[in-house]
Parts: sequence; C-alpha cells; structure tokens
Amino acid sequence: MKKSIIGALAVSTMLSPVAAMAQTEIQFWHAFTGRLGELVAAQVEEFNASQDDYTVVQTHKGNYSETLNAGIAAFRAGEQPHILMVFEVGTATMMAAKGAVRPVHEVMGQSGATFDPDAYIGAVKGYYTSTEGDMLSLPFNSSTPVLWVNRDAMTAAGVDPDTDLSTWQNVGTTLDALKAGGEDCPLVTAWQSWIHLENMSAYHDVPFASKDNGFGGVDTELMLNGEAQVAHLSAMGQWAKDGKFIYTGRRNEGGANFRAGECALFTESSAGYAGIKAEAEFDFDVRPLPYWEGVGNAPQNTIIGGASLWVMEGHEAEEYKGAGTFLSYLSSSDVQAKWHQDTGYLPITAEAGQATRAAGFYDENPGTDVAVIQMTTNQPTANSKGLRLGSFDQIRGIIDEELEGIWSGDKTAQEAMDSAKERGDALLRRFEAANR
Amino acid sequence: MEKRVTFRGWVLPLLLIAPQVLISAIFFFYPAGQAVYQSLFIPDPFGLSSQFVGLGNFEYLFGDRFYRASFVTTAVFSVLVTLCSMIPALFLAVMADRLIKGSGVYRTMLIWPYAVAPAIAGVLWLFMFNTRVGVVSWYLGNLGYDWNHVLNGGEAMGLVVVASAWGRISYNFLFFFAALQAVPRSVIEAAAIDGARFWKRFWTIVLPLLSPTTFFLLVVNVVYSFFETFGVIHTITSGGPQQSTTILVYKVFADGFVGQDLGASSAQSVILLFVVGLLTIIQFKFVEKRVHY
Repeated sequence: MKKSIIGALAVSTMLSPVAAMAQTEIQFWHAFTGRLGELVAAQVEEFNASQDDYTVVQTHKGNYSETLNAGIAAFRAGEQPHILMVFEVGTATMMAAKGAVRPVHEVMGQSGATFDPDAYIGAVKGYYTSTEGDMLSLPFNSSTPVLWVNRDAMTAAGVDPDTDLSTWQNVGTTLDALKAGGEDCPLVTAWQSWIHLENMSAYHDVPFASKDNGFGGVDTELMLNGEAQVAHLSAMGQWAKDGKFIYTGRRNEGGANFRAGECALFTESSAGYAGIKAEAEFDFDVRPLPYWEGVGNAPQNTIIGGASLWVMEGHEAEEYKGAGTFLSYLSSSDVQAKWHQDTGYLPITAEAGQATRAAGFYDENPGTDVAVIQMTTNQPTANSKGLRLGSFDQIRGIIDEELEGIWSGDKTAQEAMDSAKERGDALLRRFEAANR
Repeated sequence: MEKRVTFRGWVLPLLLIAPQVLISAIFFFYPAGQAVYQSLFIPDPFGLSSQFVGLGNFEYLFGDRFYRASFVTTAVFSVLVTLCSMIPALFLAVMADRLIKGSGVYRTMLIWPYAVAPAIAGVLWLFMFNTRVGVVSWYLGNLGYDWNHVLNGGEAMGLVVVASAWGRISYNFLFFFAALQAVPRSVIEAAAIDGARFWKRFWTIVLPLLSPTTFFLLVVNVVYSFFETFGVIHTITSGGPQQSTTILVYKVFADGFVGQDLGASSAQSVILLFVVGLLTIIQFKFVEKRVHY
C-alpha cells in the first residue's frame, strides 16, 4: 500500500517535472502501520490533492521508539524531516532540544493559516504546551484509559452486567463476586504504568512528580510513592495474589485475552475500541476508568497517551510554510472528526467532537464518547495536565519492573514504589545534567 | 634449521596488509575510539550540547546495583547458553555420525533451525510459552504447573536460554559433525579390536581429538551469547522481569536507544570491550593449553 503510493508519487513526479519543481516537499515521518498507516496515507494524499504548492511525503520509520531514534539520528546527520511524530513520553526530550525543534504555534502562526490555540481541547493540548501556554507540538493521536466490560462474562459468573463500576471500591466487590462465580480472569490490564500510576495520579489530582509533574523544570523528582498510589497498588497486589487480577505483560498483551472473551474486566486505552469491536464475539461496553471514592479530588480528569507532531529546525522558510499549512489541515474539523471516528482516538479540537456528536456517531456507537467526557469534564490541574519527565521511556521500564515485583509478591507496594522513585530519580538527574 | 621466506623491502608487505588494516581501522578502531571518547561525556540526544564528566559515567554505572547485577546475569546466561547449545549438539553429532542410512536427511533437518533469525526464534518460543495462549504453558498447566515467565525471573531466564541455544545447536552440530568425520577410522578400529566399547572409545579417543573444535566452538558460543542473543531477549522478555534477563549488551541498547543516554551507553560498551577482551585472553591462555591439535 505504502510502496504503491510512493511509487505513484515517483511516477507522477517523473511525468510532470515542471509541476514537481514548483512544489515544495515536506517530509513527514511517522510510526503507524496497518490500518492506521493507511489512514495517515489517506490524509496525506487528500492534503496533496487539495492544493498545488506543497507535497507531503509520508514515511513509516518503525515503532514509536524507532521513529524518535530515526529523527534524532537524522538530525545529527543534518537530514532531519520537517515533521516528526514523537510519542508522549518523548515530549520532555523534544522540549529540551531547543535548537532542534521549532514550536508549532510559531510555525502554524506564520504559515498564513488561521491558528487559534483555544480551539484545541485543553486536556489534550496541555500535554504538549509550555508553562507559558504556547503549543509546542501538534497532538496527533491521543487516547485515554477506560474500563472495558465483558457483559457475557459478568452474566456467566452470576454478576449483574449493569453493576456500578465507577469506583475501585465497587470494582473490588465485583471482583470478589466474579471470582466466587468461577471467573478465572476477573481483571486484566494493558499499559500498567500509564493506567495504574500515571493516570491514577492525575485522576485523583495527586502529583506523580514534583515541579508540576516536570512542567516546571528539569529538576523534578518522582512522587509516585505517595499514599494514594501505594494504596491503589496494594489493593491491586492483593487482587493479583487472590487471582482476581491477572498480569499478562507490560504492553497490551492483556488485549488478546480480553478480546478472546477470557477476561471480565479490562483497563485499556480508549483506542482499543477498533480492535475489540472487530474481534469480540461477546457483548461488551465501555465505562469510565474507576477511581477510589474519597481519595484526592477524584474524579479529576485522566491524561492522554499517544503521539504528537514536532516540527524540526534547519529547513527553508518556504518549507515551514508548507509544514504549517499541513498541520492546519490536520487540525481542521472535518479531518479530525473523521480521524476520531475511524480510529477511536480523541478529537483534538472541541469542534470536531461536536461535529461527531451532531452526526449521530456516539448514538450509533455507544461508549465511544466515554473517553471524551472523562477528559473534558474538569479543567486540568497542575497534577492532571500531563507528565514531562526526561528519560521517561526508561523510567516506565523501571516502574514496570517494580510493579512486577508487587504482582509476584516479592515486594510490598511501598517498597516497590520507593525503589522506583530512587531509580527513576537517578535517571532524572542524568537528564538534568545532559540538558543543563 | 627453519626455512624462512621474507619479502625484500617494506612496500609490498605493507600494501598486502593494508586492506585488512584499513577495514579494522574503519569498522573497529574508529568506532571503538568514538565510544571511549563519548563515554567521558553526558551528551544530549540531539548532539546540541555535551557535558564533560570525566569518569563520571563509569562511577554512575558501578554505583548502580542493577548494573552490577547484570554482570552476574550475563555470566549465568552465557554459561547456560554455551552448555545448552554445545552438549546436545555433540550428542546429536555423535548419533548422526553412527548412522549408516539416512544420515543426510537427519543432517539437513538438524541444520534447519540455524537459518531462523534470532528475533523470529524468540517470537516462536514466546508463542509456545505465552502464559495464556501458549501450547507448552497449556500442557504445563494441565500438569498442575503454573508457567509465568512474565513474573518469574527463573522461568524467564530458562526461556531465553532455550530460545538462544536452540538455533545454535545446529551451528555447533555442523562443526562437531565435520570434526567427527575427520577422526581417523584406523584409531577407532584399533581401539575396538582392543576391546573398547563405544562410550570408552568416545571418552578416550574421540573427545580428545575433537578438542580443537570444542575450543573453537566455546569461544564462538561465548561471544554469541554475549552479543547476538539480543534479538531473542528483546522479543521475549525485554530484559524483564525485574531485569532478571538484562544482559550487558541489552542494557547498552536500553540505555542508549530507549533512554537516549548516550554517555552511559558508551561507557557500558567500553566496559563490555574490556570484559570480552579479558575473556578471550583467559580462554586462549588457560583453556587452549588443554587442547590437542
């Protein structure tokens, strides 16, 4: 698919050399394959067809980490693309690289297209906005964790599928009932650090790291060993010990079990929708992520995961104009609404969300708006705006390791999180040293 | 009196070794030098700024208990991989060597796994041992054993060792098999006439005659388990759980390409360079003495 598009581009370029020379080429590196890759290719094709001044060339560069590495290596070699997709945990790395990136508010503002920073949903853009309120990268694909329920499994275990699961207290009772009803896999999760620590902290309005979760500077320290987090992980650890929470791996391995109908409850990204809808041969529904009643200010808002588009330095003025035009096109209401409906990712503008509602999409696909509501009901606070921590990909690895220590019963939640803080802080100090 | 053939003058010999020297310089000395240089800095990933820290990176690494533990992990891992890939290979080679009919078929079948790339091998084994859908873990479950390599460090280590050794058995088999064919029949026949049974002949004649091959394979397999098992570990455990399968090379990758911490990563490559150099010296100095050529 991708090759044929590049091939077609190459042929058309050869056939019309005059037109091709007048067009400015914009390189766009991304991390999408499969269905998502096709949708990105379609967006780019539509943009290219819509005007004559610029040609966007999209290239797949591997998974998120590989794409970021490709971008960094290319920058060092002076061959960087104009637009680079970077996943949310790479945000601090990109922000610290002043001189390597050009803020999108600048690029889009200067491209001549209208740029209204207020059009973007606060909880989405907040992750990618500086403390001064400037948008540094364009949110591209954003999702947030929700609770997926296998209604058939609930019924089979003799539990009312409409049981209120809005709080972890209720979930705990339900897990007991599921286990007693013979369910082997009452609860499973994907992305444990993202859901059960990062989002858990934001949702209860407790800090994950000092300095406003790192938004306030690189001299930040982890605070994930706080009372609220430890209490949550202790409960999860107990559930793991009792066989009520089944651990399957660090990424979204649990998705296979849930989609196969093996598990009753599943905490996973809202973007899991497409896969679950396609594969699940049971009745399912989507609920907001549970919270602990009486802890912090829950429910505050959850934070996002996904990726944003960064504009890299070192190109011609004309090319920046093209990049800005392309980004404005991506932010437009129609493109966003279509993307949101096709993928299950959150819309990045409020207008796109309203357009989707007006088109009746949420009525036809119940539950697809749960994530949007969960994100937008409250104004984000300093604790729920997002995370901006250097070496965060690696810190997540550390957190994963420590969480595994809890699930296997090797460590208490407090021990594990104290250790995660100690080890993570060492990496943060190194990041601080590298970006002094 | 030893007869020596020497070149007249310096130009021709220098020219003759130049390609080798050049290749070593470009692909070995230059990158190694770069690694040594970089290990003294904490650079930012984009190469925009760099802080000179002297031996700070090394200090940081040796202060990290997980880094120190990774030496032990690497030692355990490479000993296990080397043993698990050499012993079965030798056994299979001896068996295949005894066959009169059909040894070609067995030989071909035994060599196949070598053609499988480490990452693919990793995925295959991962599928079989997947904690929920894996065939092997399902059978183990029926036997009452709860297989869970995502949480159990010992099981994770066992799985990566088996997956790493599996393809390697073929490679070792090939060398052992060739070496066995080179063992002179006359010696074995003489021993047989003297009344030595098969295993007696194997221990006292065949195995000592195989020692150059065994030594060669020992060196190659240790190097393999140090460097080329990356794909297997990356696909199966990503170094987990709790770093129980993080060998030194995997940590170089994780720190450099996941953590973007190029300073610490370079320092680790330098340390690794010394470790492997030391191992090779030990092997040639002490083990080679017991080898009969």
